[in-house]
Amino acid sequence: MDFLIFQVPMLTVQAVLDGLLLGILFALIAYGMALQWGVMNIINIAQGDLVILGGYIAYFMYLYGIHPAWGVIVSPIIMYFVGVIIYKLVINKVVDRDLFISILATFGISILFMQLMNFAFGADVVLANSGYGTTMLFDNSVTLPNSKIFSAFISIVFAIGLVIYMKKSKLGRAIRATAQNARAAKILGVDTEKVYAATFGINAALCGVAGALISITFTIHPYMGLPYTIRSFMIVIVAGLGNLPGVAMSGMGLGVFEEFADYILGTEFRIGSVFLLLVLILVYRRFKLSKKREYLK
Amino acid sequence: MKIKNIIVTFVSAIAILFSTSVVSLAKVVGDKIILGAAISLTGKYSSNGVHTQNGYNMAVDRINSMGGVKVGGKTYMFDIIYYDDESNPKRAAQLAERLISQDGVEFMLGPYSSGLTKAIAPVTEKYGVPMVEANGASRSLFTKGYKYLFAVLAPANLYLDVAIRTAVELNGGKGVRIAQAFEQDAFSQDVRLGILDAAKETGSKIIIDDKLPKELNDMAATLAKVKATKPDVLVVSGHTKGALTAIRQIAEMKVDVPMLAMTHCDAAKLSKQHGANSQYALCASQWHKTLTYKDDFFTDGMTYDADFTKEFGYAPPYQAAESSAALLVFKDAFERAGSFDQKKVRDALAATNMQTFYGNIKFAEGGQNVDKPMVLFQVMCDDAGKCENKVVAPLKWASAELIHPIPKWSDR
Repeated sequence: MDFLIFQVPMLTVQAVLDGLLLGILFALIAYGMALQWGVMNIINIAQGDLVILGGYIAYFMYLYGIHPAWGVIVSPIIMYFVGVIIYKLVINKVVDRDLFISILATFGISILFMQLMNFAFGADVVLANSGYGTTMLFDNSVTLPNSKIFSAFISIVFAIGLVIYMKKSKLGRAIRATAQNARAAKILGVDTEKVYAATFGINAALCGVAGALISITFTIHPYMGLPYTIRSFMIVIVAGLGNLPGVAMSGMGLGVFEEFADYILGTEFRIGSVFLLLVLILVYRRFKLSKKREYLK
Repeated sequence: MKIKNIIVTFVSAIAILFSTSVVSLAKVVGDKIILGAAISLTGKYSSNGVHTQNGYNMAVDRINSMGGVKVGGKTYMFDIIYYDDESNPKRAAQLAERLISQDGVEFMLGPYSSGLTKAIAPVTEKYGVPMVEANGASRSLFTKGYKYLFAVLAPANLYLDVAIRTAVELNGGKGVRIAQAFEQDAFSQDVRLGILDAAKETGSKIIIDDKLPKELNDMAATLAKVKATKPDVLVVSGHTKGALTAIRQIAEMKVDVPMLAMTHCDAAKLSKQHGANSQYALCASQWHKTLTYKDDFFTDGMTYDADFTKEFGYAPPYQAAESSAALLVFKDAFERAGSFDQKKVRDALAATNMQTFYGNIKFAEGGQNVDKPMVLFQVMCDDAGKCENKVVAPLKWASAELIHPIPKWSDR
């Protein structure tokens, strides 16, 4: 039974496509995390909660009769300001401190957001219907919801847009300079405080986009943020910091890996197998590093 | 500075002393019977927690306004002390401890969900406090030999049992091929055990048996397997999330399956969120307003539905109805016991045999209600896309005929 996937070849196609579409969406969230991790050296535990908050924005638009797809424009704008406010209130106080402090601070923000969302929106699971229909391939044996295709497409658009923005715009260059050497950037006249705020804002905006897409393709719930944080953390770890194409690749790779794990090992091992992969990659990295590095004793 | 510290310590010590020893309300104060309940008013169970509380309150008001509880020739009124357990089992157990040892409560009402009931039951058991609960259906609650736990609802393993039996019946008594996906939590896994039992008894075969992660929001892989294997019945149980995700993805992936059976459709407001896509889904429910059970307080299901809607502004889900029934059970037991002695009340509870608007109530040895079958309703929509839940099984209460097999997506 477990190897149904090998008996029905079309399932392989289905698994690969599902995995890719899912992975691209995850990569978008991871992309934001990689950006702020690289620039500010902060691991944002509240990442997933920002995603869910973005999802609620799209959901409320849907409730008021606006098509939720507009959420991918409205949600990032609102979330940008939410991000900047969080930065001004909390993050700027921990940005130069060690990683542990920032993890604690963002963990606190995460709990606060969960409870606030629960308080404001209720504990019901909700979703926004896009009414996009389905694409059928290979004589109806492979089905792809158009909402997933839409999500992947929008994610790619935003990711490419951001790469171009980082390369061409003044702020983008300032962000990259700060990431390389904050002190040098400051000496050369870059307002790092502003750069940090913008970086956190951009990250929140990306989460907003992803959230809106998740409300269209999956479901949202105030307590559903953590899995997104963990997933993006894993993608960034696998890709390495400052490696944006790597984030996209590892996102898609993990998506496909997960789908196959589901078919071969069973649904219950889906998440577990991703963790196992993470451990293996870390061990391998460490092994490679230990070969390269020379110790002075 | 030092003196200030000493004073602060002294004052807080006295405060602690008072809070633990002096404030000890008796179970029955004047003409009031005080019940205790830890309810999830915040946290992830808060919506169902509120349904539970509304159900309790509705019954308290009704019983009190209709003459209260008569024990030993005297009339008493119900009153409930609520605490918010924040949807957290540890907190729930602490609060139960507090209700019993500090507030002096001697009779308890259950919290929302199997998980929280599991956390509280050992505490009430330890103190010998009778607890009537209405929202913990997990089978494991009834196999631990608890003496003071009584549940007005049918245990979880019976939730979808009816669906399998109906499918077999429609298949001319031959076994069916079942695909199932269950969340990995106590409740859903109990529902799964029930299906395994039913499958064994009917000679049915389980061809897909997926366990969904708690943070589930994607069932695409399971559904792709269903598409490839074409089972006769697809069973899904994963609380509200599971029901919503399943319906969304079944529609998106155009999965054709002759019978789709689920739990938590009521709470998920399936037809409201998904409209015609949820059509034909079979849902297990503890209660439905069209059932013809009767009692003196709420008359029948339809009246309860109307009264509840008038008071709280929304139609009662079964979580509210069963919670109201818990108080009817308590009232009945107090009056039969003729005393507030916990042992006597416990024995009276164990001997309960009554009908309420919610269903017949009679407890088995383990505390579960064995006299009330589950009902299955099917989501049925008209051409305008307006959907309604109609009872289709058991046949005794059916208000509509089961539509089987579900029409293919290409024909819908």
